Amino acid sequence: MNLTLKIWKQKGPQDKGRMVDYKVNDISEHMSFLEMMDVLNEQLVNSGDEPVAFDHDCREGICGMCSLYINGQAHGPDRGITTCQLHMRMFKDGDTITIEPFRAKAFPVIKDLVVDRMSFERIQQAGGYISVNTSGNTQDANNILISKHAADEAMDAAACIGCGACVATCKNSSAMLFVGAKVSQYALLPQGQIEAVDRVQNMVVQMDLEGFGNCTNTGACEIECPKGISLDNIARMNRELMKASLK
Amino acid sequence: MALDSKVPKGPIKDKWTTYKDKIDLVNPANKRNIDIIVVGTGLAGGSAAATLAELGYNVKAFAYQDSPRRAHSIAAQGGINASKNYMGDGDSNYRLFYDTVKGGDYRSREANVYRLAEVSGNIIDQCVAQGVPFARDYGGLLDNRSFGGVLVSRTFYAKGQTGQQLLLGAYSAMNRQIARGKIEMFNRHEMLDVVLVDGKARGIITRNLITGEIERHSAHAVVIATGGYGNVYFLSTNAMGSNVTAAWKIHKKGAYFANPCFTQIHPTCIPRSGDYQSKLTLMSESLRNDGRIWVPKHLDDAKAIQQGKLKPTEITEENRDYFLERRYPAFGNLVPRDVASRAAKERCDAGYGVNATGEAVYLDFAFAFERYGKEQAKIHGISNPSKEKIIELGQAIIEEKYGNLFQMYEKIIAENPYETPMMIYPATHYTMGGVWVDYNLMTTVEGLYCIGEANFSDHGANRLGASALMQGLADGYFVLPYTIGDYLSDDIRTGKISTDSPEFEEAEKEVKGRITFFMNNNGSKSVDYFHKKLGKIMWDKVGMARNAEGLKEAMAEIKAIREEFWKEVKVPGDANEMNLELEKVGRVADFLELGELFAKDALDRNESCGGHFREESVELEGEQKGEAKRNDKDYAYVSAWEYKGEPADAVLHKEELEFKDIELKQRSYK
Amino acid sequence: MSGFFKSSIGRKVAMALSAFFLMFFLLIHIIINLISVFSEETFNTVSHFMGTNPLIQFGMQPVLIFGVVFHFIMGFVLELQNRRAVGVSYAKNNGGANSTWMSRNMIYSGAAILAFIVLHFIDFWIPEINTKYILGDMSGTIDGVEGLRYYEELTHKFESPLRVGAYVLAFVFLALHLLHGFTSAFQSMGVTAGRKKVLQNLGKAYSIIIPLGFIFIALYHHFNH
Repeated sequence: MNLTLKIWKQKGPQDKGRMVDYKVNDISEHMSFLEMMDVLNEQLVNSGDEPVAFDHDCREGICGMCSLYINGQAHGPDRGITTCQLHMRMFKDGDTITIEPFRAKAFPVIKDLVVDRMSFERIQQAGGYISVNTSGNTQDANNILISKHAADEAMDAAACIGCGACVATCKNSSAMLFVGAKVSQYALLPQGQIEAVDRVQNMVVQMDLEGFGNCTNTGACEIECPKGISLDNIARMNRELMKASLK
Repeated sequence: MALDSKVPKGPIKDKWTTYKDKIDLVNPANKRNIDIIVVGTGLAGGSAAATLAELGYNVKAFAYQDSPRRAHSIAAQGGINASKNYMGDGDSNYRLFYDTVKGGDYRSREANVYRLAEVSGNIIDQCVAQGVPFARDYGGLLDNRSFGGVLVSRTFYAKGQTGQQLLLGAYSAMNRQIARGKIEMFNRHEMLDVVLVDGKARGIITRNLITGEIERHSAHAVVIATGGYGNVYFLSTNAMGSNVTAAWKIHKKGAYFANPCFTQIHPTCIPRSGDYQSKLTLMSESLRNDGRIWVPKHLDDAKAIQQGKLKPTEITEENRDYFLERRYPAFGNLVPRDVASRAAKERCDAGYGVNATGEAVYLDFAFAFERYGKEQAKIHGISNPSKEKIIELGQAIIEEKYGNLFQMYEKIIAENPYETPMMIYPATHYTMGGVWVDYNLMTTVEGLYCIGEANFSDHGANRLGASALMQGLADGYFVLPYTIGDYLSDDIRTGKISTDSPEFEEAEKEVKGRITFFMNNNGSKSVDYFHKKLGKIMWDKVGMARNAEGLKEAMAEIKAIREEFWKEVKVPGDANEMNLELEKVGRVADFLELGELFAKDALDRNESCGGHFREESVELEGEQKGEAKRNDKDYAYVSAWEYKGEPADAVLHKEELEFKDIELKQRSYK
Repeated sequence: MSGFFKSSIGRKVAMALSAFFLMFFLLIHIIINLISVFSEETFNTVSHFMGTNPLIQFGMQPVLIFGVVFHFIMGFVLELQNRRAVGVSYAKNNGGANSTWMSRNMIYSGAAILAFIVLHFIDFWIPEINTKYILGDMSGTIDGVEGLRYYEELTHKFESPLRVGAYVLAFVFLALHLLHGFTSAFQSMGVTAGRKKVLQNLGKAYSIIIPLGFIFIALYHHFNH
């Protein structure tokens, strides 16, 4: 198929940036979206132009590096996937595809479609851990009994890949699904209880400092999340913070 | 230089304990004055950085991604082994040790592997304490599953995302130290050279991938944890950015490179669909617990399937060839990876492949649906369930176990694997070879350590499933923190290492010179053009089956591509900003050298062992006819290559392997 | 605790709490108004009680006004903050693919409701305050009307088709606002409304029945007098 691509080009953080049109031809429907981007970039390099910069790494939907806003949706029109798992069979010949970076004040553009997600790092540094040193003398793993239900639910929250689609898709650029998932993972496990109060408070404070918006419960994040992280995690974070504030 | 593995004396069971009792320690006040650089933040690098920082060292950690959590360890699906014997099925440290050495086809160092088995249990304890949500059974205890090449269930898992969860665990430990200021994290930084001062590793040169700035970083010791070099094949299950550069740079500065030809071709990957393909996707080996691998028994059927005239579900039982079960009745579908991969290739080469390219075999879950369905029907007290009900119940169980893998498959192939068997084919996955290290995990350069997949590791010629995560975390959490302390105890009076020395100056100049060269090369071909060309040679001639003639051709061809590369490669854009082509060009330049050494190593090793299969070395008769033939008399050694300029000129050093605790046997899975 | 309400989540909770209060008030309001359809006399009695009881007038009424004002101001403040958090907006955004129109446009349905409340205050509240507290007439009667005046005033207001139209439109916006707001308030309070079918259905029922009730009352009086 032949396609027209409208892609955000921005030389650096200071540049204003603009949409630029490109054409790619003979795209196979079995290609992944990023393979289509590879074709475009190969074309650009061969004609002496600079390729379009975009983040990607594992190309199997787990590293969370890829991050495009395609035709008005984070990770494109398909559900439950990252951009690297999107396939061209979702598009048809002659389509015009708009490709933009993930937008949010807290995700400044570095170049073209590459954004800086360090704000997520700082939120996790604020409390996304259990303080346990490596010694080889921690108790035997089976001494901590965890119900299958809690373990499964914690796993579902922990499946978050930190891609930022939730922020990108939120009309308020809110990071609550991400933070909610991180808080929930620990809140659901007995190991996480000791530091529960400080954890949720510190992480929420950091989230606010980073300039993410408020949650208005539109639920868009849950739908666009490649890992299907549930809104329940936001509700749980709300509860955890209320509980923590009453202590 | 003679290789000294520095394995401690004494019985294998006591070596590590005795070693730990005798090493020199650094007191807490002095640790504050010692800097350590860790390059790479996957399971090995991440766990090492966190643990060293917990101990009190000042750690500088480097990752080319925008977060340590994105390292490719995250993609490991199936699980992590530990000899906890929670299942009570007869597991023990010795058995894990034995399985690993046997699985590695007797090409690993006994003492290292035993130590690995010894600390495996601690890893699980540590991870659980960190909040890693391993799967539990209904009693709240940890669940285990079984993996290829072993007879016990010792694999701990977190759905199909075990690597992700373990990495997030190590990452959370890192975050705690970053918050305390004990780890200084450099995201989007790539190491481009190591700096030696008086023969000791004292720092690295990096490029800031956002600004393009070339930076100097000094430390008292440098740890390389940058993973494997599978991307030398262009197509592999590795991440797009996975590269050999850090390992290759240290090789060029004196670290020997060991067993480069030991590469694992993983049997259960999603087959290739076209030339545009940028990477291959792995389906967890755990699928082989419940899936049965087959191809049509008759060539006509295979042809019809390839042409799309026949569906797999239309082929009856008696017309299917469950070739793994047929050839290896004892282990069946759970034979080790190298064996399974070669068997699949053998069938496809004979014309029985099941997709349009003829390079795929089926992985069928229909039996598992039925087996689990019947079990569930019993549990739920459904008497006389219909066939549909059974399948439905069974599919629910499979979905619970592998739902994410099935979904991933469907997204890529656009076929529903609940309705039709999956198609799989082998793909490059893991590299057992890597930088040579001694028992202390130190390379042949003083103060320069290499851990995780990047070192030549404990897996010999073939790695068993769920052992990579175990080794990465063992190195980072429980081995390196001890061994590096022993070395650094001599460095407490050294003081801060200056980056103004001529050595740093020189290294930086070299790095900058190379970048300038690429930016001004004005060639006519893209980086990927050369990478793809290299990959094709590697796959065709240095892939699953190798022979002397092909290897010699490969060496010559790779050398030719390399020469063309330096003349013709083109890098657009600017060096002083984010430039993805510039990042790639440096990596491919190193792959082009490694590829040749790889072929050279494969040529030298005229035996078949593990992932390395030489067509000249097969069993000619008896029960094992056609199976790989290992040659312990001539090749029971680790090949450690010393850099001498051109890869073809590399000098071989042999570390002879001694097997005192395990009897060398032919690896039989029949 | 003071830190709590400064956090993004604290503000959400504050929004939700004021929303609960307003939803409760709406329920009382419609019950009283519905009485007007069935019994003029009871309506007058209840209205007189509500309008003259000191606990309601000086206890509840200020709380209500505070609730309304707080909900609006907070809503606007959060909207501004959220817009700041967004920065550059997308050239192409397909919001409909993942969220409802109602959830994305609370600020507009809210603004429409605010405009209505202004009208409503001019219609009822300001004359009431004027009569009772400025002119000091607490009798609840008016010249030319037998008995209490409330029913007469109510029906009088609904004579103008324009006003009735404005009321109907406002309640449509109220319904849209509630369709997202009801479950959203629960979610903010940590109840996983999205998962609980009962709550969701309750939310739908409330958001449709209440505004429909108000519309019915307005139309009833418009066509019956």
